[in-house]
Amino acid sequence: MSDPDAVRFQAASDQSLLVSFGGEITPAAHDRVRRLLRLLESERIPAVRNLHPAYCSLLICFDALAIEHNELETILRRHLARIDDVPLPQPHEVEIPVCYGGEFGADLAELAEMHNMTPEHVAALHASANYTAYFLGFTPGFAYLGGLPEALATPRLPSPRRTVPAGSVGIAGNQTGVYPFATAGGWRLIGRTPIPLFRPGERDMSLLAIGDRVRFRPISPQEFAKLAGECR
Amino acid sequence: MPLIRVETPGLFTTVQDLGRPGFGPIGVSASGAADPVALRLGNRLVDNPEGAAALEMTLLGGVFLFPEGARAALAGSDFGATLDGAPAPLWTALDIRPGGMLRIGPTRSGARCYLSVHGGIVVKPFLGSASTHALSGLGGFDGRALRKGDVLGIGPATVTAFRERPISAETLGRLAPRPSSRKVLRVTDGPQSDWFSEESRNIFYSGVYRVTEEANRMGIRLEGAAVAVRCGGHMITEGVALGAIQAPPGGQPIILFVEQQTTGGYPKIANVIAADLASVGQLRPRDEIRFERVDVATARNLLRQQEEVIREVH
Repeated sequence: MSDPDAVRFQAASDQSLLVSFGGEITPAAHDRVRRLLRLLESERIPAVRNLHPAYCSLLICFDALAIEHNELETILRRHLARIDDVPLPQPHEVEIPVCYGGEFGADLAELAEMHNMTPEHVAALHASANYTAYFLGFTPGFAYLGGLPEALATPRLPSPRRTVPAGSVGIAGNQTGVYPFATAGGWRLIGRTPIPLFRPGERDMSLLAIGDRVRFRPISPQEFAKLAGECR
Repeated sequence: MPLIRVETPGLFTTVQDLGRPGFGPIGVSASGAADPVALRLGNRLVDNPEGAAALEMTLLGGVFLFPEGARAALAGSDFGATLDGAPAPLWTALDIRPGGMLRIGPTRSGARCYLSVHGGIVVKPFLGSASTHALSGLGGFDGRALRKGDVLGIGPATVTAFRERPISAETLGRLAPRPSSRKVLRVTDGPQSDWFSEESRNIFYSGVYRVTEEANRMGIRLEGAAVAVRCGGHMITEGVALGAIQAPPGGQPIILFVEQQTTGGYPKIANVIAADLASVGQLRPRDEIRFERVDVATARNLLRQQEEVIREVH
């Protein structure tokens, strides 16, 4: 068991510093990521250009002409000494309608077979769980959702698809997520949502934010078509 | 508003500025010019702020008509341009008469050439930047590469008497070594460098890697000697820095570039230094490259030196 307070600073490049909270995905480590992110968003360090949160680490990109790694580390250590007092925003509860299987989830049947389940059972199990958005990454608005029932954990496809339709709901290992855009991707596709995950022009551009609570609601192809029409 | 009419768009021509850093928490990478040094110098030649929006052309340029004329400059790689039939050199301001036609051809050196115009290209900003993010179809001109018939707006002129200061060959020589068939990219250690065996690291630093056809603004796939992690280390997805060199299971390295994914789950053997990122933007398919390891202090000095040369151009 690693020290829960262990923190590691590493130069990821000549203009970024990787802050890691242990080498395991734990709620405590993720909580520290969120609090440090929150602190760096509310008390900005001018030389810091970008922040990339993940499961148990935060990558901080900075202007290498304005600050050095050790100077940034000194500031961050002071921040970390008080992160337990940083209030976190109330997480949003978000429901995502999903049409499972068929043309919407090309890998559902195979995934069900791998687990000796029926496709209906996989869909029901996937829709029964409460998920947490650990972080957004990969592409704009793509949330890595933790909380997948263990019985559904499945490795990525051996070779990624060149194009995954926008809105596809996939499983990779013990994570699930929704592709906001038609991109390449190696997650196994079980369904699709008609609602947009990334909406330029709206105040909350990304439907999901780090820390949000997410549930999936099964819908029929008819309801998919209806919602898709409303969202257009 | 003065305009640019796209007669032919070229292979992949997008509106770019210096990008939109700061949106990593919602998964949006900074994007921006693939060769930011060329973009900045091009803008200086036409008395623009250095981050003004310009056109980034890839491997093959376009043909552009300027109904009202413009003060323009070409920067980056030599794409063999002509203005109204006469050669239009790089690195100097061009006065385009009303009705003038700028024809930009195929590259004679690197992957990218920039067309800056005084006043900048006007597009609706997305998250504070004009930069096109092609993967998500956001930013730039309609979120996409230019097509025949597109009409771009040029911003208002802020200067009436332009300075005549072409960029000298000496300055360019100090910014980048002359194009050669084999480029050297300097790198620092990546977060998982020690996951790779010494043998793998030796292979990586002594080998020659070829840029494949899968080279774009998101990433550059290389082919060469495979590098493998020592043990099947359990990698947890983490944030990835610009220029990270990741080694997926096959061991053929990928350099993550300006439209990169913001997080990734492959181990990273090294990271291109900030001062050499502009050179990455000039890599073409089939180019051969080598990697040279430097420490962070050296990388920082190289960046400072590059910045001093860019500032002297003013």
